[in-house]
Amino acid sequence: MSALVAREMHRFRAAGGSFAYLVPSAAVFSLDETASAILDALDGKSLTHEQLHSELAGRFGAAGVDETLRELVRVRALGSTEPERPVPKALPVRPFPLQTLVLNVTNQCNLSCAYCYEYGEDRIPGAATDGPRFMSEDTARAAVDFMLKESGQSPVAHLTFFGGETLLNLPVLKSAIAYARERAAALGKSVDFSMTTNATLLKSDVIEYLAENDVGVTISIDGPKDVQDGFRVFKGGAGSYDVVLPKIKQLLARHKRHLIGARVTLTTRSLDVKRIFRHLTEEIGFAEVGFAPATTAAKRDYAIEGEGYEAVLEQFRALAREFLEYALDGRHHGFSNVKDTLEEIHKGMSKPYPCGAGLGLLGVSTDGDVALCHRFAGSNAHKLGSVAGGIDREAQARFLEESHIAEKTDCSRCWARPVCAGGCYHEAWTRYGDARRPNLHYCEWIRGWIHTCLEIYAELAVRKPEFLQRLDERVGA
Amino acid sequence: MKHLRPVNRKAALIEQQLGQEHAPAGEVVALQDPTQPGPHVPLGCSLVFFPGWEVDRNGGTAGLCQPVERDLFDCHIGCFWPAQVPDQLNYAPDWTAKCAAAQKDWRKIDLIFP
Repeated sequence: MSALVAREMHRFRAAGGSFAYLVPSAAVFSLDETASAILDALDGKSLTHEQLHSELAGRFGAAGVDETLRELVRVRALGSTEPERPVPKALPVRPFPLQTLVLNVTNQCNLSCAYCYEYGEDRIPGAATDGPRFMSEDTARAAVDFMLKESGQSPVAHLTFFGGETLLNLPVLKSAIAYARERAAALGKSVDFSMTTNATLLKSDVIEYLAENDVGVTISIDGPKDVQDGFRVFKGGAGSYDVVLPKIKQLLARHKRHLIGARVTLTTRSLDVKRIFRHLTEEIGFAEVGFAPATTAAKRDYAIEGEGYEAVLEQFRALAREFLEYALDGRHHGFSNVKDTLEEIHKGMSKPYPCGAGLGLLGVSTDGDVALCHRFAGSNAHKLGSVAGGIDREAQARFLEESHIAEKTDCSRCWARPVCAGGCYHEAWTRYGDARRPNLHYCEWIRGWIHTCLEIYAELAVRKPEFLQRLDERVGA
Repeated sequence: MKHLRPVNRKAALIEQQLGQEHAPAGEVVALQDPTQPGPHVPLGCSLVFFPGWEVDRNGGTAGLCQPVERDLFDCHIGCFWPAQVPDQLNYAPDWTAKCAAAQKDWRKIDLIFP
């Protein structure tokens, strides 16, 4: 009989039990003692049936070992020593329905955050400066028509407004929303609206408009005054905390239909994730807070590297544990990073691409060029057509062909690839000058983070199964 | 499964799929009954709508694939089905000489001895 080996998987423990995350299927199985002992025995080596029997039949009985081996082989946790056939590289069916269109309604901003990817040291040359400073109403309308057409059969489309500082072009935002409502109604579709803002321009009438029109709002904010004022400053250098705080509080008090989220950029000077989270949720009142390290070239002094990632991971873990405690109690916890990852684990997503950019999500620059995502809007090298001329199918096909996980050889042996798929294209562009490259600078961090989320997921599956049911409702059938 | 328990949705799908593999419906038959559980796979020539189940090689319905004797002629000539027949170009050119109409005369086909 030929020897058996363990296939690619990541094992972890939770709630006193043993689990396996299988790769590339992204299935999570709970293992009983026999299955766990078999996988332990096969850790890093191959054994024949007979060897496994002689090692384990005493403890679990020959029939029990055989039965478990069959199950493990069938779910492809075990296989022969022959190298496994690679998963065929399948490109998504196109035209792929567009789900989200991000309009960069302006490339101007009233803040000048040093880490900004649009204007800071790591900007894409020309992306934010070559086009017009503000999107025109005509372009915004053309973008809405483009979105409704490209959304295909889908009954809902999402329109997101972005900048620069989005609210610097409020008139176009308003007219685009009115036009999208009208066109969508004529086509029997509906459109959701959301936007990101630095909150400096949230006046009473703006807040009223956003609340009345059900526009989801994400606020870019870095945390308490000392942290926020470190990077998020006006052009003269003055910090923005005192300006935005009352406006955000006013927005949170008025705009209740949507959870208003905070989006935090982490740098080496602001690694105190827990303190930032506490401040934003408890003192300001945000319902959700998401964190992301600043996207920078490696040489910037605020770029998070090695030990910085470990420190962030430690605090992410602590917050995720807290999320677990809250979830077990049936209470809301606003750490959105953990929620997003739990959803992906729950669905068992095994992604060929890190995100929907270039596929279900596209960005539009102020002049109407369509790009991979909002972060690439305006960059000629990442142009995928225009709102007037439609999607450049050839460029899109080339990008999808070249960015597929099968092309990322560095990822081919990593167990985290079903969730990570190489990470953010824009981050890769900033680090390596190539959007198609995997982000090797944060592999350890991603693996550590997904490991933590797997533990929390399995713990909830055992101790609070109804949480998984709620996830089911959230992610849909 | 007794020793593995699916936790996430993907694992549940895998278990469901494996359960179907063991069902008697797993047997593959021509013109599969679509009411059987599991995916309905139309087998045979109909996959390409070439001489097959819907039309014959002349576009009519007189010579559809169903009778086994059609293996002797159509499947390996007009279609791509790899029916095993003698080498009629070199070795046994007169193999079917007495068989004018396969449905009636197929018994008259000679045995071929190497």
